[in-house]
Amino acid sequence: MSSIVIEREVVRQDKAIGSSVPRVDATAKISGAAEYVGDMSVAGILHGKVLRSNVGRAKIHSIDTSAAEAMPGVVAVLTGEDLTDIDPYYGHALRDRPIVAIDEVRFAGEPIAAVAARTEAQAEAALLSIFVEYTDLPVVASLDAALAPDAALVHEGPTREGFAHGLGQLPEREGNVCYRYGFERGDIDEASGLADIVIDRDYEFPAVYQYSMETHSVIAHHAGDEISLWANCQHPFLVRAEIAALFGLSVNRVRIVVPYLGGGFGSKSYTKMEPIAVALARKAGRPVKIVNRVDESMVTTRRHNMKCRMRTFATRDGELLGRQVEFWLDTGAYADNGPRVTATTADAAPGPYRWPSVHIRGHCVYTNTSPAGSYRGFGAIHLQWIGESQIDEIARAAGIDPLEFRRQNLLRPGEEVRPGGRPLDADLVGDVEKAAAAIGWGRERIVNRGLGVSVGLLAAGAHPVSSASVRMDADGEVAVLVGSTEMGQGTRTVMAQIAAEVLSMDPAAITVPGADTRFTPYDRSTGASRSTTVAGKAVELAAREVLDALFETALFFFDAAEREELHADDGRVWFRDESVAYPDLIAKRFGFVGGELRGYGEVKPEKGSGSYAEGPVFWEVCVAGAEVELDRETGVVRILQTSSVADVGKAINPQLIERQDEGGAMQGLGSALFEEMLYTDDGVLLNDTLLDYRIPATEDLPEKMTCIIVENGDGPGPFGAKGCGEGAMAALPAAIVNALTDAGVSMTELPLTPERVWRRIQEIEGQQQEGKP
Amino acid sequence: MQRRIRSLRIHIDTVINGARFGGDVEANVLLIDFLRDQMGLTGTKQSCEVQVCGSCTVLVDGRPVSSCVYLAYELDGSAVETIEGAKDSDFYQKAESALVRHAAVQCGFCTPGLVMTLKSIAENGDATDEAGLRRSLSGNLCRCTGYRSILDAAAEIVGGS
Repeated sequence: MSSIVIEREVVRQDKAIGSSVPRVDATAKISGAAEYVGDMSVAGILHGKVLRSNVGRAKIHSIDTSAAEAMPGVVAVLTGEDLTDIDPYYGHALRDRPIVAIDEVRFAGEPIAAVAARTEAQAEAALLSIFVEYTDLPVVASLDAALAPDAALVHEGPTREGFAHGLGQLPEREGNVCYRYGFERGDIDEASGLADIVIDRDYEFPAVYQYSMETHSVIAHHAGDEISLWANCQHPFLVRAEIAALFGLSVNRVRIVVPYLGGGFGSKSYTKMEPIAVALARKAGRPVKIVNRVDESMVTTRRHNMKCRMRTFATRDGELLGRQVEFWLDTGAYADNGPRVTATTADAAPGPYRWPSVHIRGHCVYTNTSPAGSYRGFGAIHLQWIGESQIDEIARAAGIDPLEFRRQNLLRPGEEVRPGGRPLDADLVGDVEKAAAAIGWGRERIVNRGLGVSVGLLAAGAHPVSSASVRMDADGEVAVLVGSTEMGQGTRTVMAQIAAEVLSMDPAAITVPGADTRFTPYDRSTGASRSTTVAGKAVELAAREVLDALFETALFFFDAAEREELHADDGRVWFRDESVAYPDLIAKRFGFVGGELRGYGEVKPEKGSGSYAEGPVFWEVCVAGAEVELDRETGVVRILQTSSVADVGKAINPQLIERQDEGGAMQGLGSALFEEMLYTDDGVLLNDTLLDYRIPATEDLPEKMTCIIVENGDGPGPFGAKGCGEGAMAALPAAIVNALTDAGVSMTELPLTPERVWRRIQEIEGQQQEGKP
Repeated sequence: MQRRIRSLRIHIDTVINGARFGGDVEANVLLIDFLRDQMGLTGTKQSCEVQVCGSCTVLVDGRPVSSCVYLAYELDGSAVETIEGAKDSDFYQKAESALVRHAAVQCGFCTPGLVMTLKSIAENGDATDEAGLRRSLSGNLCRCTGYRSILDAAAEIVGGS
């Protein structure tokens, strides 16, 4: 029996939206017919494999590829020497990363060379015959090592800006700190002076891997002055721009086709394996397919591990005076999305409270480890568990129930979240009350069990630039061309619903193909919970243009009608009790058996530049609750139940929202309880397979998960919608940490492994012993 | 001088999705590569390569195996069934209907392997209460759904009624 409890607050009147229509891609995926990049092929295809560094940092003296080139089936071997005719560095934030290592390797796992051969086995075999001569260089494989005063520098030479960092003026690199972001208001020293309660602790958050089931995969072809890619990238238009710049082509000479993605979660955002595949195909003169193994994808991207010091100041009555946060994110050897993650983490640092003073400093730090980029809920997940645990500590010190404390201090709709940015657009108090009620807040205490809630905000939407077109063919069926990539979240279904709602027709008569940059209108990206809100708005506007054309044509049918007297329903345009079907209108318009109606919609910043400082598009609510049970003998923490709130403005497809929250919550559970990438002191990833990097399985599922959908119509997207999918992941670790504290064990490091928790229990019991007379 | 090692090939007689197959396979070829690359059966997906995630699950003589760690030549004298072969069965209709209704499919990469495990559970009479299903499906990882919908759909698909 299902224990999912759904609360809906709005009476539904719509047809296409607001109902859980079945996913348009479900049957193809169940039958195995749905194509992913790994399932695809093209004529003349070769298979590429990548030789990766097995040391954390070294000078490359020579690479001998002659033996490999003579191996059976080998067509081309790529090294840095093949890239002298182009500027071979990429990176959307900082242009710091060579396509393959040039002169130096900076992390264990960095590509040094690549082989294209007739079969994958031949390519793999040839890798063993490439001989690289190294001299080891000093390795800085941790934040502490990289931040030491005399630390070796991961990068020397000037910082180069990437083409799409969106962060305004970038600060100069300082040592291994490649980016800094912070802000302050009020007087934090005064807050410190006035405070009766000061919570001041150091915290650590681990590197974790997104583990989308499908690894990074790409087919590349470089023929003449055109590049074609079939890639499982989340942001095809940003990858297109980057590939065009790298290989010296205009963007319209680069075509990227994106089939289904086998999960993304940020791991396939921005540019990953595409440049090396194109460079190899360029050298081979034939199309090349590269499909990563899991251990390769694990060194392609990951979540930033972090160290943080947070101080929260309050009076003895629990009046909040200020919060001071300094954190360091380990972005690995190349920046990837680290600068943006740093800015978003800083934004999330104060938490959604009314602060007389805040002082936030974030640092993005290079180390000789694999690069870190985007992963679902970044920023919020890093700091919410810290900030919210300090809120609970203050509430307890002031003798106030943590939920009541939040009622008193949480920001209200319309209040400022960040100076100059969008005011709060959600009812946080209402949301956290629902999350608390769902887990039985206020019930009698049970030994070794604890309850916790957490509240946070995530700057969502990224840069609001999306366009879409909607095409109605002569038979009345519709295609929606939109750049959002289908990676499991259900965007194709939601886009079909949005168009169907505007056009008053059955979503099943609408197809949403995957993105093909040759035909699909521009869309910035698929991430930051933006697709329904931003790209969905473009689809709505495009569909309205088609509807306008239908009405315009209908005026020729109904001589007496005024435009305002027409309405659309069930695939027909109506005037009083007469109606005409869409195909008949199209036939009338063109006087022919063919033709089509086209609508175009675009979304751009409403005001100013749409820059980060003026954003975000909306604040994604991160609210969760958890009940945990602690085994004090073993340190094992069991999650008995969770709750999460999807505050979505308007639920286009409630069932898909539930899946986003459940899936996000389970990823949050993994991050909270056991996921952690472990590196040696030399920067080599130790647990690079699923044998020793564990992700949640069926047996980790809590007995009860409650997903609460809140619809207040307060989103900027179509029909008042706003995005979701990241909040539950960001909020759940914080709720779990607070629940464990409620059970008697406060923690300052994640994940909450039995060993870590057990050691903390011994520490606390030791302190209690000492405290006795 | 380059050494040339001729690969060892082994003759097998097997049944693939109900059709007889006789031929030589290379001794070191994994079942998943044989199915995907040589037979064109790409419904079976590869993820972890170490027999943990279950994406590559196929049935050999009705029992689930991870095709990522199973050598193709071991099929000799056995029958293998992949998602493409499972499609034409009453079980499949029931499975598809329940998985769609519960929206237990998201990115879909783990789904064919999951369906094959469910088919084995249904046909072999494994425990189908919640605890039994959690145990039986613990070898089919899914990063998208959070499992609740999968377990609910599974209970319908392999449950008594």
